[in-house]
Amino acid sequence: MIRASPVQFTKMCLAFPGKIISIKGDEALVDFDGIEKEINVSLVRGAKKGDFVIVHAGFAIQKLSGQSAAEVFRIHEENEKSN
Amino acid sequence: MKKVIKRIEELAKDIGKDINLMEVCGTHTQAVARAGIRELMPKNIHLTTGPGCPVCVTAQEDIDAIVNLALAGIPVATYGDMLRVPGYYGSLDDAREKGAKVFSVYSVEEALERLNDYPDLVFFGLGFETTAPMTACAIQRGLTVYSTHKLFVPAMKALLKIGELKIDGFISPGHVSTIIGVKPYEGMGVPQVITGFTPEDILVGIYMLLRQIKEGQANVENEYTRSVRKEGNRTAYKIIFDVFEIADGNWRGFGVIPKSGLEIRKKFSRYDAKVKHKDILDKVDFGKSRHPTPCKCGEIIRGLKEPKDCPVFGKVCRPESPIGPCMVSVEGACNVAYRYEKQ
Repeated sequence: MIRASPVQFTKMCLAFPGKIISIKGDEALVDFDGIEKEINVSLVRGAKKGDFVIVHAGFAIQKLSGQSAAEVFRIHEENEKSN
Repeated sequence: MKKVIKRIEELAKDIGKDINLMEVCGTHTQAVARAGIRELMPKNIHLTTGPGCPVCVTAQEDIDAIVNLALAGIPVATYGDMLRVPGYYGSLDDAREKGAKVFSVYSVEEALERLNDYPDLVFFGLGFETTAPMTACAIQRGLTVYSTHKLFVPAMKALLKIGELKIDGFISPGHVSTIIGVKPYEGMGVPQVITGFTPEDILVGIYMLLRQIKEGQANVENEYTRSVRKEGNRTAYKIIFDVFEIADGNWRGFGVIPKSGLEIRKKFSRYDAKVKHKDILDKVDFGKSRHPTPCKCGEIIRGLKEPKDCPVFGKVCRPESPIGPCMVSVEGACNVAYRYEKQ
């Protein structure tokens, strides 16, 4: 996983996962492995405290959910066997 | 993950011929190099880098335009990497050294904050569907923008149409897809897997592509289900098209790709730097923007050359003294190759 570092926050195109610690209107405080930053959450409907979000250039762009790479692989392999 | 690598090896053997897989997202370029994924690949599986770095595909004309605005006394803000990309008239950093007001920002919020002190500030907006929504939000809130925003799918189609490189599959971009969803990629006739950014994601993405290639399929699959929903992020997508309209886009390495650019709609023209500062821009000699340089960024962006094929790579062109944008951006193929692969 690509982790956030203060240096990387000057780079536009890297997106990082973080956890919402608190939220007020469109502004949320997001924890990136110990680095906390104010993030705009207006593009993610229903974002709430405790959600993991992908953050890009100061804005959350999606809530994280769904399968890990290992799960995706396992499902594909099972499909192949059953075919 | 050993299992995945083993399956990749088996599939590569079954397929038997040379296969070119192209990643088209700067974050993938970086992740592939960092995890040493190229070295893990069987001999017949080649990973190439495409036009996924937004800084790298920004046209020389646009850099020359924004540098000239800065030199004419207009305060300019943009994302950090962009400041160091040299145009014919120098880079934004060079303009700052000459006394221009140039600010590096992490987000449009920081640019909006600067409006109090610099009401004439222009934000140089760049990037694909991933950064266009943020710029759109900022325009709605009164930020003046020089837009070079681009749509990503037209560039993939242009690569296929040009046909200089045989592309057997695309490792499609995770964050662009987070916004646009799965559908816009359909109908290209090439296997695609929208892929996440951990080494595991990328290996599984490659495995899924090879399975499609072996079966003779050309589907759009989604490996990055954690972030990419089928319909994308409709809130973000909608705001892009409230503020921008589709126009022709000017890309380094390609030239103009029809319907690949995002220009500010007329209803927001008072925040469009191209309208507001037309008098300054009209005086710029853009003929100079096509001044030839030894840099091979254009061919590297199209996947035709590797950084080491460029005559200036690692010699006069280095991260601290870049000749072209691919060496400036941390996502640029040359910068990544310099940091991770140059031994």
